[in-house]
Amino acid sequence: MTLTSFTPVASSLGGALIGAAAVMLMSVTGRIAGVSGIAARLLPPYEDREFAGRLAFVAGLVAAPLVCLIATGRLPAQTIEASAAVLVLAGFLVGFGSVWGNGCTSGHGVCGLSRLSVRALVATITFMATGFATVFVARHLG
Amino acid sequence: MAIFLQFVVGLIFGFGLMLSGMSNPAKVLNFLDLGGIASGSWDPSLAFVMAGGVLVTFVGYRLVLARSRPFFAERFHLPNHRELDLRIVAGPAIFGVGWGLVGFCPGPALTALGFGSNAAIIFVAAMFAGMWLARLLAGLPALSRIVTPADPLET
Repeated sequence: MTLTSFTPVASSLGGALIGAAAVMLMSVTGRIAGVSGIAARLLPPYEDREFAGRLAFVAGLVAAPLVCLIATGRLPAQTIEASAAVLVLAGFLVGFGSVWGNGCTSGHGVCGLSRLSVRALVATITFMATGFATVFVARHLG
Repeated sequence: MAIFLQFVVGLIFGFGLMLSGMSNPAKVLNFLDLGGIASGSWDPSLAFVMAGGVLVTFVGYRLVLARSRPFFAERFHLPNHRELDLRIVAGPAIFGVGWGLVGFCPGPALTALGFGSNAAIIFVAAMFAGMWLARLLAGLPALSRIVTPADPLET
């Protein structure tokens, strides 16, 4: 494992930016900024005509590091310590679970909790709990 | 214009993920590692990400939703499910396991593509496969028939 330092100020400000993006999306398109829902609807079947907007949002997410690199000349730290097999398994579980449960960290954790949704609270408590449990098993029982 | 704005929103969301540290799986895993509290490696930063995000969204949504409609859509599309079914527990439970294995949730995984990370490409490809399967299963008529059995006299 790689140690990381406690960054309350940067993390709060970053969280505020994520919240600002969620508020902007609601004011522009009237939709929840749930990344799993937006990404999943890039795949068929298409239920509405908002494909281009969803693609633009995802393109913005992908472009953010490139813009950061051009503007500042550097990128924040990113350490991924997982084998290809674990990446495939975890990616699949994240994709399946977030769509099956109608949301992920952004849709349930930020937007849903902000709307005081009980479903979002149940979802958030559940994925936090299994996330804690998974890391505990992987790091301390493995 | 609306499409350009959605690109800008995605960009700001991505900046937020990077500034907050969410785009670093090591930081996410150190947050999820409660066993690290005793050993001193626990990184509580991500609780501040959620607090900052919820605070701004809670206040911002009140202002935005007080308007009659969004700028570029006919109406607000707000989830109106109320029922606490098995899916609202099973889905997040599965998602959390994947999140805890690598430290990526969907947003940071997509942003990691822009870091030029091969690991992110593998993760995102598998993530889309999982999303595709979940949508397929959710849309299967067999599953909905279990909930609403067909009337035997109907045919």
